[in-house]
Amino acid sequence: MNVLDTSASALRNEIAAGRLSAAEACRAALDRIASVNEALNAFNLVDRDRALDRAGDIDRRRAAGEALGPLGGVPIALKDNMDVRGMPTTASSRILEHFVPPYDATVVRRLEHAGAVIVGKTNCDEFAMGSSNENSAFGPVHNPWALDRIPGGSSGGSAAAVASRCVPLALGSDTGGSIRQPAACCGVVGLKPSYGRVSRYGLLAFASSLDQIGPFARTVADAALTLGVLAGEDRCDATTSREPVPDFAAALTGDVKDIRIGVPRAFVNEGVDEEVRRAYESALETLRRSGATLVDIDLPHAKYAVPVYYLVCTAEASSNLARYDGVKYGYRSRAAKDSLKEMYSRTRDEGFGPEVKRRIMLGTYVLSAGYYDAFYLKALQVRTLLRHDYDQAFERVDVVAMPTMPTPPFRLGEKASDPLQMYLGDIFTVSANLAGLPGISVPCGFSKDGLPIGFQLMGRMFDEATVLRVADAYERATDWHTRAPSLT
Amino acid sequence: MPTTLTIADVERIAALAQLELTDEEKQLFTRQLADILHYAEQVQAIDTSGVPATAYVNAAQRTERDDEPRPSLPTEEAIANAPDAAPEAGLFRVPRVIGG
Repeated sequence: MNVLDTSASALRNEIAAGRLSAAEACRAALDRIASVNEALNAFNLVDRDRALDRAGDIDRRRAAGEALGPLGGVPIALKDNMDVRGMPTTASSRILEHFVPPYDATVVRRLEHAGAVIVGKTNCDEFAMGSSNENSAFGPVHNPWALDRIPGGSSGGSAAAVASRCVPLALGSDTGGSIRQPAACCGVVGLKPSYGRVSRYGLLAFASSLDQIGPFARTVADAALTLGVLAGEDRCDATTSREPVPDFAAALTGDVKDIRIGVPRAFVNEGVDEEVRRAYESALETLRRSGATLVDIDLPHAKYAVPVYYLVCTAEASSNLARYDGVKYGYRSRAAKDSLKEMYSRTRDEGFGPEVKRRIMLGTYVLSAGYYDAFYLKALQVRTLLRHDYDQAFERVDVVAMPTMPTPPFRLGEKASDPLQMYLGDIFTVSANLAGLPGISVPCGFSKDGLPIGFQLMGRMFDEATVLRVADAYERATDWHTRAPSLT
Repeated sequence: MPTTLTIADVERIAALAQLELTDEEKQLFTRQLADILHYAEQVQAIDTSGVPATAYVNAAQRTERDDEPRPSLPTEEAIANAPDAAPEAGLFRVPRVIGG
């Protein structure tokens, strides 16, 4: 058995049966990271000793006859904007220099309770702001399929770690596509759950009405298994939902004969790359042949999703990032010793990177007197119209299908000087965040240059089960998810 | 209302956001923010009369909890990450606040 190519659920079962130790699985992951990370820059931190310690605990408990959790002994990587007690969190920013969190994020508690072994923290865009992973203070992540290409952002390190077989699972956060886009770019599965499904306690806040944590995996079944561990109400995050958490794995029946798939063709055809459009149409045809019904739908406000998103997320970010001021944690400028106000503004200018400053500035502007109604409030109203579009669509269909990204992953540096062009690439992913809906990206083909292309399915709020069922049925009918990059 | 942005606007926003930008950053952001705002103006053409705002998607959920004390971070842990703390006093130390 090749440990690195094995799914999380199969690894867990091998470990439970005593055919493989958690320590062996952990060492395989750590060795793989050591051999590929120089090329990928996917990890900000690897905590070898802690990981081997935890894996040893799992093996001792199993030997003592204790039942193994659903992720018992499975190595996992976390995006570096989630807190693990005693392990530095950087959010790939200079401003969090030397910050060591004094508590665990709720997702960390849940993962470790389920037996998962955290191997380290992955590189990302600074404070999860970006679509290409080029906004990291520690340099960009490289796409495992083509090292000169972006891995997608902002959770690029997590996607690259799963695609390059370092770990079978990783967590990301998705505010406007930051799980689904890197999943598409790296040829893996990425799931953004419904708003409120997973606790954000211990996740560094970017835009609180949009942020959501979710898994990366190489199969839909592994994503479903992980969501089952992460999901549920948390008293430390008042936005978590009391909706019951279903058995997501049991939903994967392979049967989609009762499923109606909404196809917003007019919206999709506008400005999508020809290779992506062909892969999308072919994925729809595969699901139709599996028994699903395709239904044309119209989402009249979807074309406004990008401006609405950037007005809302920057407003929330400008407020959330006010806490980084050189007082309570992280970096403090040494240049300003005489005045508090000067210390704040020098610390923030020296500590934040360009994209974070741009968003703080934009958000401050749209919230400022004279512009609030015309920009921020207007965006919140159009957000309501966009939600209504989806509500109406979901009266007729069970899922809505779109490409994940309008193009295959572009070259590092290609769009770095034009933030607006970069933002436009978020057109297919931001709607799910604005409307609070679950969305998944699954591999659906490759460009002629061998670059992965993703297919996205969105569902009704809290209906991850149906989204996962359709994605799994697609996966059963195709073999894109079995391809691995030829990284040595 | 076409958005125009001057260096002075950018300086005003930077002051509100507690950011001391370099001259280079001011030039760059004046151009880039104007581009982005110009693009975002398209939402202003949409008829939203009588449409409520969505600030949160699950705002209907009751979020109160019982007001019962529970353990919180000890002071020494809460200030352990501070760039400049006075642990014996349990305080964060900052430069001069008034008259600085």
